[in-house]
Amino acid sequence: MTLALVQDDAKLTEAARMASPLAVRGLTVSYGQTPAIFSVDVTVRAGAMTAIVGPNGAGKSTLLKAALGVITPLAGTVAMLGQPLDRMRDRIAYVPQRASVDWDFPTRVIDVVLMGMYRQLGLLGRVRATHRAQAMACLDRVGMTDFATRQIGQLSGGQQQRVFLARALAQEADLYVLDEPFAGVDAATEKAIIAVLKSLRDAGRTVVAVHHDLATVPDYFDDVVLLNTQVVAAGPVAHVFTEDNLQATYGGRLTTARADPESVAG
Amino acid sequence: MMGAEFVALSLPPILIGICVAVACALPGNFLLLRRQALIGDAISHVVLPGIVVAFLVTGAVATGPMLIGAAGAAIAAVVVIDVIRRLGRIESGAAMGVVFTAMFAAGVLLLERSDTSNVHLDVEHALFGNLESLIWLDATGWASLLDPAALAGLPVELPRMALALLVVALFLFVFWRPLAMSTFDEGFARGMGLRTGPLGLALVVVSAIAAVAAFDAVGSIIVIAMFICPAAAARMMTNRLGRQVAWSAGFAALSAIVGYVLAGYGPLWVGASASVSAAGMIATVSGLILALAAIAGPHRKAVQ
Repeated sequence: MTLALVQDDAKLTEAARMASPLAVRGLTVSYGQTPAIFSVDVTVRAGAMTAIVGPNGAGKSTLLKAALGVITPLAGTVAMLGQPLDRMRDRIAYVPQRASVDWDFPTRVIDVVLMGMYRQLGLLGRVRATHRAQAMACLDRVGMTDFATRQIGQLSGGQQQRVFLARALAQEADLYVLDEPFAGVDAATEKAIIAVLKSLRDAGRTVVAVHHDLATVPDYFDDVVLLNTQVVAAGPVAHVFTEDNLQATYGGRLTTARADPESVAG
Repeated sequence: MMGAEFVALSLPPILIGICVAVACALPGNFLLLRRQALIGDAISHVVLPGIVVAFLVTGAVATGPMLIGAAGAAIAAVVVIDVIRRLGRIESGAAMGVVFTAMFAAGVLLLERSDTSNVHLDVEHALFGNLESLIWLDATGWASLLDPAALAGLPVELPRMALALLVVALFLFVFWRPLAMSTFDEGFARGMGLRTGPLGLALVVVSAIAAVAAFDAVGSIIVIAMFICPAAAARMMTNRLGRQVAWSAGFAALSAIVGYVLAGYGPLWVGASASVSAAGMIATVSGLILALAAIAGPHRKAVQ
């Protein structure tokens, strides 16, 4: 009887993995000697907004990067709808940390958004009026049309983050993966970004974001993954986002973590 | 000056100079934006041991083996730099600095210990090349440009350098988008499935092709200057990548022409008798252009 139950459970998780737009199993990444993340299993629910939460150095960004193949993991598998990720690239949009790029790069806002359409354009395809219109529509969704011809270094941090989101929108993906989308942005931008992300979710897309501000997790997200090198707990916010689980994730550092939403390490 | 003498004595070196300058300046834009500008410096230094080893193996100063030796050394250096950077976890500038100085020094020692006294192979040649000697004796005037028999006597460096320029330009044209994307935001490019590792290596290899082809004709001074100065000056002229690359090509060609003419005739104008090194003058002119752009360019970075 117990055995049957266990099998049932295994079948259920397997089914959940096949339906998941991002199913990670046994993912381990190490920088040097100590693992940054160790044997992480995450099954992201389709059509939901999932927050990845944890203290500084917990491996949140590392988890995203390894899941998307931006860095090479030591071990583990990643699948989208049961398929290897490389076959699903055009259905995934990744928004890296804003601080990870050189904003002095000689390019305009509209050109950055057009980068999101690389898979349509290909190596040598010409940028036509329809592509430009599509890019402008993406800028419009984040309220940045007035800045289309600005050099990207002339934008504020919040505006830069909106441009990154517009570039992801241009990819017309099914899965949106964002690394610290609210780090160092103004309140208006945070509102604008969360509105766009919720509209994506309402259109049936899946959103996964590394998030720092514990106070807004229940407001913004449906599911949460509590990470500290390993997964401490994962599931719907209502069940998982408890004081006990947070204490287990942050240890004694919970108060400091709450007071320090600015940090970009992880 | 505009007649037969110009076509025979000045036109080929000027054209070779332009090809060298533009071939190095084009990839220089991307190297600069990737904070890898020193790689041009590195490559042009490490080719020395490659050339010496090729000479020791074949016993002759033949172009083919020398280019192979130089290319081999360049590739070895690129790999060693990458290994040191990854294993030692140090900044790439430091890794390059260590590798290219060590390999250049090894080249100098090899050169000193081997019997190269009777061939044209020395450190000075490696630095400055010999642009002025690349003359076209078969030319009798502008009409020679249409004469196949005369064209066959063109210095071999010209078609070789033109080919290198073509390879560089084609590479940048075809891979423009992935290069721009991975240079600006490597994480995003990888998330899209672009193989940024091989692409970055291809950029370095293409730069090495330009540097090695140029090295033989003009030495390493021009190569080092052209990988950095035109692109750095162009960055201050515009905020768009395509225009920056166009500006850098213009600056490079201008440096080659003005530098060659100044080296050949400048000393005469000020009353001196002998001309000065064209390679040195071209590199100097490119430095002056950079200085002008830094003073007056419209898109200088604000001082913080």
